[in-house]
Amino acid sequence: MKNGQLITIQNLVKDYPVGRGYFRALNDINLTIGKGEFAGLVGPSGSGKTTLLNIIGSLDVPTGGEANVLGQSIGSLSTRQSANLRNHHLGFIFQTYNLLPVYNVFENVELPLLLLKMAKDERHNLVDQALDWVGLQDKRKSRPAQLSGGECQRVSIARAMVKSPRIVLADEPTANLDAKNSHNILQTMEKLNQELKTTFIFATHDDKVIQYLHRKISLDDGRVVNDELIDKQ
Amino acid sequence: MLAFKLAYRNLMGARLRTWLNVFVLSLSFVVIIWFKGVINGWDLQARRDTIDWQIGGGQYWQENYDPYDPFSIDDSHAPMSDAVLDAIKQEKLTPMLISQATMYPEGRIQSISLRGVNPDQKILELPTAYLVSENDEIPAIIGERTARNNKLTVGDYVTIRWRDVNGTFDADEVKIVHIFKTDVPPVDLGVVWIPLEKHQKMVQMPNEATILTSSKEAGFIGPIPDWEFKNHYFLLTEIREMIEVKSIGGSVYFVILMSLAMLAIFDTQVLSIFRRQKEIGTHIALGMTQGQVVTLFTVEGAMHSILAAILAAIYGIPLLAYQASVGWTMPAGTDDFGLAIAETIYPAYSLGLVVGSTLIVLITTTIVSYIPARRISKMNPTDAIRGKIQ
Repeated sequence: MKNGQLITIQNLVKDYPVGRGYFRALNDINLTIGKGEFAGLVGPSGSGKTTLLNIIGSLDVPTGGEANVLGQSIGSLSTRQSANLRNHHLGFIFQTYNLLPVYNVFENVELPLLLLKMAKDERHNLVDQALDWVGLQDKRKSRPAQLSGGECQRVSIARAMVKSPRIVLADEPTANLDAKNSHNILQTMEKLNQELKTTFIFATHDDKVIQYLHRKISLDDGRVVNDELIDKQ
Repeated sequence: MLAFKLAYRNLMGARLRTWLNVFVLSLSFVVIIWFKGVINGWDLQARRDTIDWQIGGGQYWQENYDPYDPFSIDDSHAPMSDAVLDAIKQEKLTPMLISQATMYPEGRIQSISLRGVNPDQKILELPTAYLVSENDEIPAIIGERTARNNKLTVGDYVTIRWRDVNGTFDADEVKIVHIFKTDVPPVDLGVVWIPLEKHQKMVQMPNEATILTSSKEAGFIGPIPDWEFKNHYFLLTEIREMIEVKSIGGSVYFVILMSLAMLAIFDTQVLSIFRRQKEIGTHIALGMTQGQVVTLFTVEGAMHSILAAILAAIYGIPLLAYQASVGWTMPAGTDDFGLAIAETIYPAYSLGLVVGSTLIVLITTTIVSYIPARRISKMNPTDAIRGKIQ
């Protein structure tokens, strides 16, 4: 990792088999993302932003080129190594929250810490802290079905942030939320980014998200067509 | 350990779905253990009663004796040597003389096995003390099945006819002095017990016997010329085989019961894996390998049987304990096929039975849970996260 660069992508290609041929979802992607960035992969549906996010999150592997995340080449990681990378350093926020329906809020947020085999006291302190960040202490015993969409996404943020990951990957985090909740969520994430210096990478085509980004990486048809820093002053 | 923790949390979270499966599985536990307990109880009772009433600590058979060959019965007798008589005096052996005869209750002809036995013997539980007689009458004791079948009661006289050692027919009346109740049909059905000495005189076989029954304490007292010792293993063969047949028959019920319970678990697993794709993808995104998720789902399925064992213990132990104390009353006539079976069977449970049954259910549940869970390892995590797998 050079000069605080957490992610380095070079000549990245991703193909999916379709019939006898293949569909190229990502084509010659080159970019670097540094510590503490609040960046977004922006583009229309089918532009490849979720695919790129999945590769950065080591949930998928590139067909060609190199994706290096926290010094580890995604394409050459074993299943266990990539699970380890996700477990220790990456947090995920999904469009549909992906909370476990049979767990309450506290248990959902606690889950990543259980996977890290953390001691109970430490685990409970961290969950409490994460619930404070997202303002959901009073809902700790509620199940996801008892929460609003905005609250669910805040639980999802707490779950992603509780282990203090170095990178949080958010795939269309506001797609199921109304404007007010979207802004609440984004403000929460921006605050965490500033306070904890966690790198946030979004995949989105929602203008509400785009207006919060500090860096906008535009994709179209599997290529990076624009990469611009946005001055927030 | 983590898999157990998460699996427990998932199962508790699933509430009614979990408890329905657990209840069905617990029923299997209780019924399997109960049925096996009944078979065990029957086995124990049949062995104990057969030893007490019929075979003692083993039997010496006259070398020609074959209980299944009616043509050789009349030749299956031999004089008792001084050594045998000594053993009888020391109450290590009791002799029995067997011959074929016919009985004429109310003018009907009935084949019987006429058996002479020492009235003062203490080795078998047969109430032979009733055979002590000080007059010329021939006292006889019979079991209640024989009494019922021949409409005989205490005090009745009935004519019996036999052939002596020379093949000459003779007949006399015997007086029914006692009717005994036993769970061992071979000492009852078609058997008339009379004093040994009178029997020996009737068939002109003085000092002869067909079977020498050992006391439980003595057992095998050494080889006796012209006599073959038959141990418990041999003499209890029929009971053992019948119990085995009953156990195998019972296994059909276990298989049906277990299949129903396993189908419920299998269904739940398949449905879970289909419905919980997002959850599977989320677990992977949070840092689990697919193998760990397979383990989690397998443990989750298998844990049904652990919860079922706990539930079964909660309601099963009092239920089975009560049943073991009051027993299971058999329908009338159950023992007419000739095997020792009591009117009431008291199930016998052992630690081995409970642990063995629990292990069988646990292993089967684990296998049934693992089979559908393997599918997870073939899932694409990115599709699973979005719940896109069909």
